[in-house]
Amino acid sequence: MTFGRQVRGREVAVIGAGKTPFGAFAGEDLRTLSVTAGRKALVNAGLEPSAIEAFYLGNFAGPEFTAQNHLAPWISTALGMTGIPSTRFEAACASSGSAFFHAFMAVASGIYDVVMVAGVEKMTCQPTPRVTEILAGAGDGSSEVRVGSTFPSLFAMIARRHMHDFGTTREHLSSVAVKNHENGALNPDAQMRKVITLEQAMNARPIAEPLNLYDCSLISDGAAAVILCAADRARSFTDKPIKVLGVAQASDYVALDRKPEITTFPALRAAAQQAYAMAGVAAKEIEFAELHDCFTIAEIVAMEDLGFVERGRGGFFSFEGGTRRDGPMPINASGGLKSKGHPVGATGVGQICDIIQQLRCEAGDRQLRRHSLGLAQNLGGSGATCVVTILGRD
Amino acid sequence: MRTGTVYTETVVHLAPTRFTADAPYQVAIVTLENGERLTARIAGERVAINDPVIEADAIEDIPFFRKS
Repeated sequence: MTFGRQVRGREVAVIGAGKTPFGAFAGEDLRTLSVTAGRKALVNAGLEPSAIEAFYLGNFAGPEFTAQNHLAPWISTALGMTGIPSTRFEAACASSGSAFFHAFMAVASGIYDVVMVAGVEKMTCQPTPRVTEILAGAGDGSSEVRVGSTFPSLFAMIARRHMHDFGTTREHLSSVAVKNHENGALNPDAQMRKVITLEQAMNARPIAEPLNLYDCSLISDGAAAVILCAADRARSFTDKPIKVLGVAQASDYVALDRKPEITTFPALRAAAQQAYAMAGVAAKEIEFAELHDCFTIAEIVAMEDLGFVERGRGGFFSFEGGTRRDGPMPINASGGLKSKGHPVGATGVGQICDIIQQLRCEAGDRQLRRHSLGLAQNLGGSGATCVVTILGRD
Repeated sequence: MRTGTVYTETVVHLAPTRFTADAPYQVAIVTLENGERLTARIAGERVAINDPVIEADAIEDIPFFRKS
């Protein structure tokens, strides 16, 4: 495929990918989870650890959840990768998307030929009110968090305004949860493999009104890893290289109350425009996507900001079945953060692994009919960081 | 006391450790008369988008507004 791409620097491919299942794993820590995912990625690429020239780790709050810090060399040495630069990236729930973006630039620039990007989080070791407090650290502590805002409450306020401005309904929100649970039920690595009805989704206990339990993603442990390689060397490692056609990161205010409008994420729009331009594709050419559904409303806003639907129409499109696996724009065929799980620092690279699985036609019961061009969108906080990645078959 | 209108709001049921005793409580983003926005807690009656609100006494430095 050729797209008339705007490429600066070298082209970059993914030559290996590996994930742990997402879930609650009492016997695992940040290091054992990361080592499992990293080894899978190495085996997938047919590489020894000594081939890796740099290690990029996405992790949001390992020190707060587990009291362990200095995570990147703690993990890279356990993978047998000694001596190489090993760095942790923190960008809330977009931590490993950001690590991926920076790893991409290091390979594209010619500094390294082969690097590993991993993401990891260990959350289930803390009680839910403490998890809520740690996650709130991704908001603005000087304003919204000090009055008692939580992450569900920030997205609840986005949902309220979206409903008010565009006529999005309770049913629209719940249709996102029902669809993602239906997909996740088919994913052996998903945390909650359970089909739910629209009635169940609409009537669950409230978390932050109008959002209820089934509007919220899960508290999870898990890790994911990919290996990036200069595209001109990729075929010497694998016969199924995946091209990174476009990737971009952008930022915005951390505090929701600083944004002129809260029903759109300017960082998402900026990252999407840059990624589309780099890949030389338009939104309508994307065949499937993994979107950051930390809350149901986030999937609705993301599909609008990415240009898959007009602004304000995301809820209607979802309710009409447009994002189902057999719809015109399949979204979160993996089950999404909602059903697959959301170990926040692992989510960005995890989404990229899910896209690769589809591109390689290895998604089993979830395999999509059109699977040559996919997009992953990873959001940090209530939109302060966004990373958009476009991947295609070589 | 500052006045404004409710831009958006939510009622928090699952609170962080520090505020579990307060739950459920209402949080709103208020558009003040000068156009600035502020995230605050709501005292008393629940409010909805576009409701007029007036600042109430702060509690432990947390700004509170109530329906006016």
